[in-house]
Parts: sequence; structure tokens; C-alpha cells
Amino acid sequence: MSARVQTEPFDLAAELQGFGAGSGAVVTFTGLVRDDSGQMQGLEIEHYPGMTEAALEEYGNEAARRFELDGWLIIHRHGPLKVGEPIMMVATAARHRKSAFEAAEFLMDWLKSRAPFWKREIGPDCTGGWVAAKDSDEDALTRW
Amino acid sequence: MVLDVLYFAWLRERIGQPRERIETEAATVRDLVAELAAMDDWHAAAFADMATVRCAVDQKLVPLDSPLAGAREVAFFPPMTGG
Repeated sequence: MSARVQTEPFDLAAELQGFGAGSGAVVTFTGLVRDDSGQMQGLEIEHYPGMTEAALEEYGNEAARRFELDGWLIIHRHGPLKVGEPIMMVATAARHRKSAFEAAEFLMDWLKSRAPFWKREIGPDCTGGWVAAKDSDEDALTRW
Repeated sequence: MVLDVLYFAWLRERIGQPRERIETEAATVRDLVAELAAMDDWHAAAFADMATVRCAVDQKLVPLDSPLAGAREVAFFPPMTGG
């Protein structure tokens, strides 16, 4: 039951050591830096120190209540990241797979538009714009 | 009251600094925005389209009409793009 914000990479296998022990189901999601334009070098991720950690903790605890989780873990990176690098992960552990899958989706939907992170694309000449929020990400929250 | 006002992403870039200390009697976030936007062209540019600005008071997301009584820290930023 923890949330971390960090610049350094994470090791998925190491993070999952002992995670969900005694549960029936563990679901993990890992987000990677994607190159939509074919010209991107990577992303720079800014966040709001203090608020970010509190928000991730709040959504994790909310997911635990709603989906009766035995465990949850959220790791989100910030700073410069290259295309293909992992940005973030969530893991959920529950008695049954449906709860674990749903909780992971719930967390991802909230993280996308309610956790204070902002992405800027780094282009071939090291310039680039801020990534705009998508209406579809905001709409995804209405199903919860 | 004295508020720490924080800016993130393109709001920080338009205003040219990540934070500033503001002496204000603004009753709501919206009143504070009006005061800030009147300060200079950079602030005016940052707050020109409030549909693209989100706000947190003491690190909690709040609507623009929220009261500021007792607040210490107010942050302005674009819609979030985490995940």
C-alpha cells in the first residue's frame, strides 16, 4: 500500500517481490514513453511535489476501499525520460481477478487526469510543446 | 493575507517564475486570478483562457469559485497529463 514519485527507473520484478502474497490475483500495468510523431526523443515530466504524493496515496486508498484490495503500489517517474522508457506502474492485489483488473483501471483513469503531472515532448532539436489533456481521459472518470 | 502562489508547466513559463508571494484580500480563487492577471502582460497571458487553467488550494484540487479564507498556498496549472 504505497505510492512513490521518483526520477530513477524502477525494476518491476523487484517491486513485485512478495507483493500480493496471500491474494488470489495480482494485476500490473506499466506505461512507457511513446513516440506518436516519429520524431520524439522523449518526455520531460513535471510534477507538484507534496501534492503529487498526497494525491497518489488518496487514490490508492480509495481503490483499496472500493475494490477490497489486499495491496496496491503506484510508482510514477518525473524528469527527462527517453522514448521506450517506463514512466509509471500500478500494481493491485485482490482475492479475485475482476477486482484487481478494475482497481488497476480505476487508478490509471484517475492518475491520467487528477494527479498533478504534466508532460512536455522533447523533439529532435530538444524543443517541444506541452502535451494537451484529452477529453477522452476526462470522460473516462465518469464511469467510476 | 499572504499567499504562496505556485505555477506549473506553461503557466510557469508564461509568468517566468515558479512561485511568488502575494499579499491579497481576495475572497475567492477567481478574485485572486483577476488581481494576478492585472499585474502585468505575463500574468495576463497566463490567465487569458481560464478554461485551460486548473487550481489547487493547499494542495487540494478546487473549483475557481472556492473561498481563500485560511489558505496558505495556491497553485495554478494546466489540465494534468499523468500516466
